[in-house]
Amino acid sequence: MLKALHKTGLVFFPAFDWAIDPTHPEREERLLYTQDQVTEEGVFDIPGIIEYKPMLATAEDIRRAQFCVPDEAAITTESHLISAGGAKVIADAVMNKEVQNGFALIRPPGHHSMRVSHGGRGFCHINIEAIMVEYIRSRYGVKRIAIVDTDCHHGDGTDNIFWHDPDVLFISLHQDGRTMFPGTGFPGELGGPNARGSNLNIPLPPGTSTEGYLYVINHCVLPVLNEFKPDLVINSAGQDNHYTDPLTNMNFCAQGYAELTTLLKPDIAVLEGGYAIEGALPYVNLGIILAMAGIDYTGVVEPDYNPEKLRQSVSITDKIKKTTAQINKYWSQRFQMREDAGNPGEIQIRHKEIFYDTDNIFERQKERVRICKDCGGCFEIDPRPPRGFISRVSTFPSTPISFAIIPACIEKGYEFFDSAPKNKYHHVFLMDRPKGNYHIK
Amino acid sequence: MIIGLDVGGTHTYAVLLSNKGVEKSVKVTTDHADLFSTVLSGFTQLLESIDPAQIERAVISTTLTTNAIIQQTMEPVGMIVSAGPGIDPEFFRTGDHYYPVSGSINHRGREKAPVNEMQIQDIAKKMADAGIEYVGVVSKFCVRNPSHEILIKRILNKYFKKIFLGHHVSGNLNFPRRIATTHLNAAVFSLHKSFFEAVKKSLTEKGLTVPIRILKADGGTMSLEASMHFPGQTVLSGPAASIMGAIPYAPEAQDAIVLDIGGTTTDIAFLVDKAPLLEPVGIQRGRYKSLIRSLRTDSKGIGGDSTLRVKDGNLTIGPDRQGPAMAFGGPLPTPTDAMVVLNVMDTGDREKATAGIETIARQLDLTVDQAAEKVFKTCCTIILKKTFEMIDQINSQPVYTVHDFLEGYKLSPQKILVLGGPAPFFAQKIEDLYQIDTLAVPNSPVANAVGAALARTTCEVSLYADTEQGIVTAHEEDFAEPISKTFSEDDLMETAYTLLKEKAINSGADPENLEEVEVVEFQKFNIVRNFSPRGKIFRTKMQLKPGLIKGYETVLH
Repeated sequence: MLKALHKTGLVFFPAFDWAIDPTHPEREERLLYTQDQVTEEGVFDIPGIIEYKPMLATAEDIRRAQFCVPDEAAITTESHLISAGGAKVIADAVMNKEVQNGFALIRPPGHHSMRVSHGGRGFCHINIEAIMVEYIRSRYGVKRIAIVDTDCHHGDGTDNIFWHDPDVLFISLHQDGRTMFPGTGFPGELGGPNARGSNLNIPLPPGTSTEGYLYVINHCVLPVLNEFKPDLVINSAGQDNHYTDPLTNMNFCAQGYAELTTLLKPDIAVLEGGYAIEGALPYVNLGIILAMAGIDYTGVVEPDYNPEKLRQSVSITDKIKKTTAQINKYWSQRFQMREDAGNPGEIQIRHKEIFYDTDNIFERQKERVRICKDCGGCFEIDPRPPRGFISRVSTFPSTPISFAIIPACIEKGYEFFDSAPKNKYHHVFLMDRPKGNYHIK
Repeated sequence: MIIGLDVGGTHTYAVLLSNKGVEKSVKVTTDHADLFSTVLSGFTQLLESIDPAQIERAVISTTLTTNAIIQQTMEPVGMIVSAGPGIDPEFFRTGDHYYPVSGSINHRGREKAPVNEMQIQDIAKKMADAGIEYVGVVSKFCVRNPSHEILIKRILNKYFKKIFLGHHVSGNLNFPRRIATTHLNAAVFSLHKSFFEAVKKSLTEKGLTVPIRILKADGGTMSLEASMHFPGQTVLSGPAASIMGAIPYAPEAQDAIVLDIGGTTTDIAFLVDKAPLLEPVGIQRGRYKSLIRSLRTDSKGIGGDSTLRVKDGNLTIGPDRQGPAMAFGGPLPTPTDAMVVLNVMDTGDREKATAGIETIARQLDLTVDQAAEKVFKTCCTIILKKTFEMIDQINSQPVYTVHDFLEGYKLSPQKILVLGGPAPFFAQKIEDLYQIDTLAVPNSPVANAVGAALARTTCEVSLYADTEQGIVTAHEEDFAEPISKTFSEDDLMETAYTLLKEKAINSGADPENLEEVEVVEFQKFNIVRNFSPRGKIFRTKMQLKPGLIKGYETVLH
């Protein structure tokens, strides 16, 4: 009898009435064929697969993870809030042990949305996974969380949000940033001084096929997870590594995605990108759902799948092996790197440029972080979108999102906030994560 | 005048209705081993001293197919399924003669792998040699493109008596359910056919020649001829009959709960503005899931004759029945005994009832009256708890658009209608306990037969238009037409309405009962490839809502 070996929760919210614009890849039709395939397969009838209705996320949920400028309402639509709310519903089902794991098939996606969000970047306005992770941490007190981002684009938003957080391991596998939006995610990007090595970025050459992808999972991601020992594994399940995706150049397939899911054993998977809506998504999503539920997925093969045509070249294999070795080396040196990053109490400055391709905003950020060996420190961000685009300027002192917060870091966080001159900024925000407070000056 | 006959678990009721109300009703004991004589004796008694020429319509609701499923007396039939990519079709095996074959159609209805005709020939011979007479053919995504099913049928035709095709079953997607439903239709076909041909013959001999209609699980009727293609649709028409019987007493523009409290089970259903709520996909009972349109009902194993016990100091009720109540000569105490003790019911042997409740009272350390009160109250609580759970479930059903999420209909019943033997007693208690306006449906024992008599024809059509591929289809109705790029939402609705009307008339609807049309579903998508629009996809489902035929409702009040 057909039965889920692992009880699996699903939130399916295709937002059939929402699009960025009518011909944009992120439009109403995106999950239509997935819904058809999943419905025709009778997935929702399988004992042990439970479909949940999403809920609306609130401004409070977003404020645990992000600063929206000028405010949450200005940069989100109901669809974003339902998408984030859908991830929350899955998180609840998993944390309350109603199901063993869960998959939120929701849109719009979120992994390009950063700590400070002015609007849409890479089709993302708010960061669904980050909002869910912070919800899980504050609601259920989970400490160590690993996020594995398997979208073809660098998950730079999630990377940014957990940059200073040593308790969240963020691993992104993506097509090499020199060939792909957002142009970041190189091996040397390892997280802030207090959390170095807790962000791992693994660029893969264009043309990487299932073999190369699973090599990285087996030889890097799984050993790292094994050492990090997370309480929860989250998969940002983008599906644009598929060989038919119109926006990318990779050669991954539905069987590969299902196997990846079986290997990774995510507690929660959240859909990200993936725009081969007819040829890939129906099969990839079905494969992931079956893999999560522990049901045989060997029959889930794209009608035009030809592994011979998709075989990767020897030079690609070599490149992938080299990158994997390099990442493993960084990982093994992470504590030393943190030790070498600076002296406790010291303030370090980082400059960053961020481009919002969807909303066409270019922003320069200055970030100041307090070095701390006992927690993730605290930091302040001063984002400056140039004149003419957006007139608001803000500062963001914030204590870090860590459970081992030392008083000096909290004090410094409030000092950042209090010292921001009000006449110089339109908005000044403070996120006090240990207390769960969000202040606006 | 019209006739309604409902075969129930214990008794079969038949009623004769005129525009003045119920003219006559008869009750016969149901003989599950010989439903034919049960039905016939119902008709015989009802038609005694009635001129058959006065009868305009007769509707029958039977347990024939339901029993065949429960008793596993369905005929062995063959199944040919073509799945293509996805879950292994072996999981959906219906019996020994089940053959997954090659060929595949994708979600847009495009052929991805052809049918292997040699393979079908071989299977056909094998099944014919094994003595198979009826075969079901189901291909994945046949509702988008049935060409494989049609081709396979053409090959099979010369070997078998009748072939059932998956795309005729429903416009809904769900391959495993389509397999189960097609199989059910094939497997109960000859039973259904011989039964109703015999009924029709006997009625003709009595001079009753009006077309016979059969009640379906969705509370609507179909003509005998239409039922031959979908005999599976008659499954679970019993609960449907009782719910239809409650409609005349339901409030307008409000939601209502219908409780049919029987001997061992209570059926629960909902009415929205006098129209019953339907299952979103099809009947499901436990592991059995189908695409058969059905009223949304659920049952709880509790009724007037449920056995009362005390386990570890706690009162339990049912789910079993060991016989009638002690007040009526049964072996063990039941909720009915509690009602007799409390003088809520004034029939039955009060002494015996008291003796029964006393055994419960002793174990619970209560007086007899207290125990009876507790039993009665607990019954109501259990039934209502299940009802509220169902309402929560209905209201938390997933939705797929922002609009439905924000504006979706929330079921909030303000009235309860109770049917069944103990209905009047329960109604008062439920109203006292829950402060919800509760009404016992008058003349409750025959309400089911009245419901069957007054049910109108229902049907549904599903349309799919794809302007990129230039076609509008309703494969369930064997309909496909070319369309232009400018095909619009209005064109779609017009086509849907025409098809719906045609289908309704073919299923035996009277032209004056074709107004309750409802658009159940509508979706519209732009097809975009490489950043430029290529066309539109439209989908709609339109139905003739279940309800009562005109001209009779008011006479019941």
